[in-house]
Amino acid sequence: MLEAGGEEYLRAGALPHMWCPGCGIGIVLGALLRTFAELEYAKNEIVVVTGIGCTGKADDYLSTNALHVTHGRALAFATGVKAYKPGLKVVVIMGDGDSVTIGGNHFIHAARRNIDLTAIVINNFNFGMTGGQASATTPGGKFSSTTLYGNPERDFDVSALACVAGANYVARSTPYHGWALKQHIKEALCKKGFSLVEVFSPCPTNYGKYNEMGDPLKMLNWLKEKGVSREKYEQLEEPEKEDYFAIGTFCDRNSPDFNSRYEEIRARATGKG
Amino acid sequence: MEDVRLIQGNEAIAAGAIYAGADFYAGYPITPSSEIMTEAAKIMPKVGGMFMQMEDEIASVAAVVGASLAGAKAFTATSGPGFSLMQENLGVAVMGEVPCVVITVQRNGPSTGLATKPGQADIMQIRWGRHGDQSVIALTPGSVAECFLMTVQAFNFAEKFRLPVILAADEVVAHARESFALPKPGMIPLVERKKPTVSPEKYSPFAADADGIAPLAAFGSEYVSHISSSMHGPDGYSNNDPENAIWRINQLHRKIEMHRDEIVLTKSYDIDDMDILVIGYGATTGACRAAVKEARKRGLKAGVLQLITIWPFPDKEIEELAKLVKTVVVVEMNYAGQVAGEVRKVIGSEIELKRVNKYNGQIITPQDIIETLK
Repeated sequence: MLEAGGEEYLRAGALPHMWCPGCGIGIVLGALLRTFAELEYAKNEIVVVTGIGCTGKADDYLSTNALHVTHGRALAFATGVKAYKPGLKVVVIMGDGDSVTIGGNHFIHAARRNIDLTAIVINNFNFGMTGGQASATTPGGKFSSTTLYGNPERDFDVSALACVAGANYVARSTPYHGWALKQHIKEALCKKGFSLVEVFSPCPTNYGKYNEMGDPLKMLNWLKEKGVSREKYEQLEEPEKEDYFAIGTFCDRNSPDFNSRYEEIRARATGKG
Repeated sequence: MEDVRLIQGNEAIAAGAIYAGADFYAGYPITPSSEIMTEAAKIMPKVGGMFMQMEDEIASVAAVVGASLAGAKAFTATSGPGFSLMQENLGVAVMGEVPCVVITVQRNGPSTGLATKPGQADIMQIRWGRHGDQSVIALTPGSVAECFLMTVQAFNFAEKFRLPVILAADEVVAHARESFALPKPGMIPLVERKKPTVSPEKYSPFAADADGIAPLAAFGSEYVSHISSSMHGPDGYSNNDPENAIWRINQLHRKIEMHRDEIVLTKSYDIDDMDILVIGYGATTGACRAAVKEARKRGLKAGVLQLITIWPFPDKEIEELAKLVKTVVVVEMNYAGQVAGEVRKVIGSEIELKRVNKYNGQIITPQDIIETLK
């Protein structure tokens, strides 16, 4: 049964939020807070780390521990928190700008290090806060306020990047697939090691406006129709793949996380290993 | 028995950090500071601490700030190029009032410069490298012993005043080897950050006490804490009110200004009858003292003021001593006279100001200074 919940993790009086009508960030945040409730996390054991941009505003709505930092560096701050105090539940919420455009280096290294935290990347294919500029996930040929004649660059596949960089868990979903989204977040939070939930998310105000999806419903329908299971995606012909995207779990493994490995190092250094 | 060691400046910095209770290091290798990192890598796992080699200096400061907020005494070490990369996240430590220590071992030249040679040209970057209204504490060690002692002091200031403290060493003191008696545990008092005493519901991470310092709860304690690099109110949440911005920026500055006399550390030598004041800091201190000794043999009454705290600037101390002399000489390894400019602001235009500057990657010698004293 789908039920509302997680209000205790919302800061009292913080709503209504600042995100545009049709934006997916609030839905993702709601799914995260409901997952906190399901897992019965205490507010003082959670640390949510955010960077800059529309998604970076998320911490202001939370009643948990939070750390709001510079653009692109949230994962590096979170790494220090988690490495020093492994008992904390550390979640990093980023947009595509934070995670793989300015912060791409920290993203691949956090995955390689397999630091035990959950990254939620709300990928809306552009810089929303600053007025719809292209990011590292704007697909080739698509339009934005800095690619008015089409994007000459290609986009990152964020999930694939995390998989090859060494993440233990990687999944992709959308705000349209609310139930699956929450399940992926839950699996990610329960996974030891670096976990990523990438959320293809609507931005009708900017990305939608530049790409004939300015109507919020149009963007949501796009996510509904073009988001297909990995199996279905693999069966598509090459040119068709351009129009669709895969959702679901891309990797799920149990390589030892950074802190577990460091404990072995400590034991060796003190002659107990 | 005393634990006397022939020890290098960088090793003394690492030992000082451990003595101060540091239990988290995150860094990226760079000449001429790397020995601090390799020492930390060797010692941290043995003492239950955490050592992390990060992907760059941006991440190094970020991890240090994150660990500190989880309760660590955290530090990193770097040199000019890395210190440049650290500036933005150092601003987070200022704005979020996060105790941490950053060691920068200054080297010569702009950009990559002469990577293995000394410099003292980052004095203004240390003060003004971050954007916006902000202030930090910076200390400069003039010997191997001071590398140890001022590292401990840096941690104490960071913990007490909830801010980043920069230890601005230079390649000469960092690579010098001197014998040094390591202080026994307990000989130097250590400061721990003030923790909240109110109930968790009443805790505001930026509500300062009468001493200007707000108690800091660690992530994972019974308190919930919201720390933000954005302009925020006492509760840590975003706040766009102009009055709040004034309160916030004032608080960041006033906690340093209120305790200025405790923070500003200097040493003086041969000043009682002097009519020439020689000001040095870091590696130039030794040359200044040797030059003054030689000058006195030649009948010139000169004295030395060593600046240990470089920011906030020792203006009162300089002003007092400058009243006694006709000439002030500032000795430093940079072109522009970064400290000399500050000294000029303090002493005005009546007193003669001479400069000894060297920026060829070689240390300033007593002879270089004596030439100017004549």
